[in-house]
Amino acid sequence: MAKITLDNLAHSYLPRPAGPDDYALKELNHDWEDGGAYALLGSSGCGKSTLLNIISGLLVPSQGRILFDGRDVTQALTAERNIAQVFQFPVVYDTMTVRDNLAFPLRNRGRPEAYVAERVAEIAAMIGMEHMLDRKARGLTADAKQKISLGRGMVRKDVNALLFDEPLTVIDPHMKWELRTQLKKLHHDFGHTMIYVTHDQTEALTFADKVVVMYDGRVVQIGTPQELFDRPEHTFVGYFIGSPGMNLLPAEVSGREARVPGGTMPLLHEYRGLSGRVQVGVRPEHVRLSAGHGLPVSIRRIEDVGRHRIIRADLMGHDLNIIAPEDQAIGADMTRAVFDPARVNVYADDWRVKAA
Amino acid sequence: MTLELHGVSRIVDGQEHIRPTDLRLERGTMNVLLGPTLSGKTSLMRLMAGLDRPSQGRITWDGRDVTGLRVQDRQVAMVYQQFVNYPSMTVFDNIASPLRLMGVARPEIDRRVRETAEMMKLTSMLTRRPLELSGGQQQRCALARALVKNAGLVLLDEPLANLDYKLREELRVEIPRIFEASGAIFVYATTEPEEALLLGGNTATVWEGRVTQFGPTPQVYRQPVDATTARVFSDPPMNFLPVVKSGGRIAFDQGQGASAGLAAGLPDGRYLAGFRPNHLAIRQPAPDAWRFDARLVVTELTGSETFVHLDHHGRRWVGLVHGVHDLPLGRVLPVWLEPRHVYIFGEDGRLVTPAAYAAAA
Repeated sequence: MAKITLDNLAHSYLPRPAGPDDYALKELNHDWEDGGAYALLGSSGCGKSTLLNIISGLLVPSQGRILFDGRDVTQALTAERNIAQVFQFPVVYDTMTVRDNLAFPLRNRGRPEAYVAERVAEIAAMIGMEHMLDRKARGLTADAKQKISLGRGMVRKDVNALLFDEPLTVIDPHMKWELRTQLKKLHHDFGHTMIYVTHDQTEALTFADKVVVMYDGRVVQIGTPQELFDRPEHTFVGYFIGSPGMNLLPAEVSGREARVPGGTMPLLHEYRGLSGRVQVGVRPEHVRLSAGHGLPVSIRRIEDVGRHRIIRADLMGHDLNIIAPEDQAIGADMTRAVFDPARVNVYADDWRVKAA
Repeated sequence: MTLELHGVSRIVDGQEHIRPTDLRLERGTMNVLLGPTLSGKTSLMRLMAGLDRPSQGRITWDGRDVTGLRVQDRQVAMVYQQFVNYPSMTVFDNIASPLRLMGVARPEIDRRVRETAEMMKLTSMLTRRPLELSGGQQQRCALARALVKNAGLVLLDEPLANLDYKLREELRVEIPRIFEASGAIFVYATTEPEEALLLGGNTATVWEGRVTQFGPTPQVYRQPVDATTARVFSDPPMNFLPVVKSGGRIAFDQGQGASAGLAAGLPDGRYLAGFRPNHLAIRQPAPDAWRFDARLVVTELTGSETFVHLDHHGRRWVGLVHGVHDLPLGRVLPVWLEPRHVYIFGEDGRLVTPAAYAAAA
C-alpha cells in the first residue's frame, strides 16, 4: 500500500489552455494517506474520472506530478504502478471459469498454486460465489459478473492502491448492500488504500472515511461524511449531499440574525462584514413544521418514503423541503416552519462563512 | 381505459418466466413494478405492450380482448433504460417523429410537440440535437416522444437507472407531475424501493416471475402480505428473527419479550418476526422494547445517520439509526426493538399480524 501525492496537478484536454475554464481538472494538491478509504464524488463531467485516470496512469496530466510513497510516477505506465482497478461494467473472461477469472491476476504474477487456491477461496467466500467457482463466466448475470470483477480487483494483497470507478452501477440494491459492506470490511481488515469514484452520495458516504467532492473540475470540499453533512463548505456540497439537499434562502445577515423571506431567523453565532450574495443554508432534517411561531409556509406535496416523509413546501415563493418523522401527524394548522439555529450555515457567493 | 391481465403466463423453453398473473390497471394511475433484476418486470411489460404473446391467459383493454394484437396496433409507448433518441434530428423532430408516422396533420403536430415540450421543460431546447443535451434532458426528450402520442399505456422500464443520482432525484419528483397531466396508465419498473415510494400510486412487488402483492404503494410497504413482499420492498432488506409464541409471551433465541399486543389472538406456535432497519434502536426507546445482544460487523455513516450491520446468532441484521455513532467493531452491543414495529409471519412466510404501528397508519 502506498501514500499517493498529487502535487500541483491539473489537466486540460486542450493543447494550449488559455484560462481556468479550459481545465477539466483545476489545480489540486492533495495527499491520499496510506490505507485510507476515499470516495471521489460529483456529477457527470465534474472531473472525477479525469483524476482517476491520472492516478491509474491512463492519462498523463498536463501539469504537476503524481507520487506513490514519494516516488514520481507521473510518466509511469499503468502496469508499472501496481494498482488494481474495477470499472463500471464487468470485465471478465467469458470462456474461463469463475475460479480461473479470480485466479488470473495471481497466476499472471507466478504465484504458487497453493497460495492461489487459498486466496481464491477467501475471495469467493467474500463475494458469495463459492458454489459457482467451476461455472464458466459466460451466461452469468451482469451483477454476478461484476462481483467477479470486484473479487479479481481485490485478490492481490500487494497492490499500491485499489481504484473503483462506479463499480456498483449495474448491481441490484440488495446486492449493493452486501458488496459495500464487504468492501468496507475488507478495508478494515487489510487496510488497502482505496479510491472509489461515484455520483451516488450514499455509496460515497458509506464507503469512505473521507469524501472528496468535485464540482466543475475543482475539489470543493474534502471531509468526513459528518463534516459534509453538518458544514458544507460550498452550496454545491449542501445540494449534492443529502436527499433532498440543503435548503438555501436569500438572506441579509447582521449579528446573530438573518432576515429571510417571510421573517427573521436567529443564528447561533455572530457574523460581521458579509459581502456578495448572502444565503442561509439549512438541511431538511433541521427544519420542522409548527402550528405556533416560525416562518409562514404552505405545503405543496407530501412524499411518504417509508422511514420518513418529505414535505415539499413553499416559503414566499422559495422551495423549502422539510423531513418529518414517520409517526408525526401533520395537521392542517401546521403552517409555520421553525429552523434549528445551531444547524444554520451562512454563505457568501456560495462559500461558507465562518462566524466572527 | 382499463388494462387487465387474466391468468397471463409466459413460458420460454419450458421455463416459466411469468407465472399466471391477474392484474387490473385503471386509467390515470401510476403503477410501479418493483423487484430485483430478472424477477420478471420487463417480461410483464412486454406482455402488456404486445411485444410478446402470453403462453396462457388473456389481456383485455376496456373489456376488449387484445391478446393477439400486434404492438403497432395498440396504443402503447415505451421508454427504456438507455435513452433512445435520433441523434441527427433536432429535439423538435425527435418528439414529432411518432406523430409523423401516424400521419397527423402539420399544425396539430406543431401544437402537440410544443405542448409536450413545455410540460417536459424542453421548450428552449427544441432546435438542439440530443447529444447537445445533458443526460437528464436526453431522457426527458425520450419521455416526451413517448408522451406526445397520447398513448393509453405508457411503459417505463427503469427510465432513470442510467442517470446521475441527483438528476434521478429531480426527475422522480417530476415524473408523477407529468403522469398526472397525461391521464394515461403508467407502468414503471424499478429495482429500488425508495423510487417506488417516491412515485406513489400503486405498487406490484415482483419476485421470481410472480406478482406477490398489488395495491396502493404505502399500503404494500406497511402491510406486506408475506415475507417475500416485505423483503422486496425494503432497502436495506427487512430483518428476520424466528420466534416461538407460547401463552402471553414471545420467545426468541436469546430470551423472551412481553407481547400483550402482539400475542393477542395469535395461536401458540413457531413464527418468523420481521422488522425494518429504521426500527432497530441502539438506545432503549420504550420500556416494553425487546433487547438483543448482537455483534457489530461494520458501521456505515451517511453524514446524518449510521447503518449498523449486526450478526445476531448467525443472522445478518441491519439497523439504521439517527445521528453519527462511533461504535466498536467486533464488539457485542445491546440493540432494541419495540413490539409495535414487529411483523409476524407464519412459517410459510404469510403475514399473520401486521406491525401495530403500520396497522394504525
